[in-house]
Amino acid sequence: MSPLQATALVVVVVAGTAVVLTPEALRQTMVLGIFGLALTILFFTFQAPDVALSEIVVSGVGMPVIILAALRKIRVQDREREQDREE
Amino acid sequence: MSRRARLALFALGGPGFAVVLVIGLHGLPAFGDYHGIYGLLLDRIEPHLRHATDIVTALNFDIRAFDTLGEEFILFASVAGVAVLLRRLRAIDEHVDRSRSSQAHRFAQASSAVRMTSLWLIPLLVALGGYTVIHGALTPGGGFQGGVILAAGPLAVLIAGRYLILKRLAPEWMLEAAESAGAAAYTLIGLGGLIFGSIFFENFLPLGTPGQLLSAGMIPLNSVAVGLEVTGGFLLVWTEFLDQALIIGQAEPE
Repeated sequence: MSPLQATALVVVVVAGTAVVLTPEALRQTMVLGIFGLALTILFFTFQAPDVALSEIVVSGVGMPVIILAALRKIRVQDREREQDREE
Repeated sequence: MSRRARLALFALGGPGFAVVLVIGLHGLPAFGDYHGIYGLLLDRIEPHLRHATDIVTALNFDIRAFDTLGEEFILFASVAGVAVLLRRLRAIDEHVDRSRSSQAHRFAQASSAVRMTSLWLIPLLVALGGYTVIHGALTPGGGFQGGVILAAGPLAVLIAGRYLILKRLAPEWMLEAAESAGAAAYTLIGLGGLIFGSIFFENFLPLGTPGQLLSAGMIPLNSVAVGLEVTGGFLLVWTEFLDQALIIGQAEPE
């Protein structure tokens, strides 16, 4: 295993742990994106550029949009519920 | 389950899982130490047989094109499912919230720097996505990866805080048409193999010179078909989700 591959593996472990340990969902989405980037680099160093491309488009664009939209929807609903309670 | 019970379960399961994992990983071959007959055979014969320089794409869109057909329709069905579910929700919500929904289109106060960046991003993303789709048979990439990049182009309008312009730029009927046309085209290319050759998804087109843009027979065509479907499908799912988040049931803008 080359030093580059070893480094990429360590970065993936650190980033993955960081995703789990991030408490707030919005921040977690951002950290998840960084984790996806780490995985992309890992796949690339292990000579799988096709998989790396798939990984970066899914974790960089595909997933965050859906998660962010869902988070916003939840926040708006929570606020409405609070307003209803106050009324 | 109480916290203590969960911790006890983890104390039992965690180390057990670790042991199994270590045993399993121990038996794995080292990186590059590959002996699978199928992969080695493909590496050897594919360039002569199909003239594609990216064997992964050749595998996806030709040698195991039938598998990709299944994946195509998994994506198609998932997108349709999301649309059916969220549009039903929307019908209920619109009934309640019609009075409030019109004022929500300027949800984000994007600075002019961000708007300028997104303006630059759109052509770059579309060009990169198109390149990735078309060159699927030659370089890493292909219909799926390029399709998502293509779909991200119009999405840059959202970063500029102009969601309704995105909806005008890529209306739902257009996305649905693109998605369906892509899925249909992929299936029809497969049927072409049955008609002009003898097998479903037989590569019936001239193979050309390896490394040229128009080579490897039907592989670039399949890549374009998948790219069209993925672009339409992803944009459709995104707009359904964003409709929910940004327009429907929206309280006063912040």
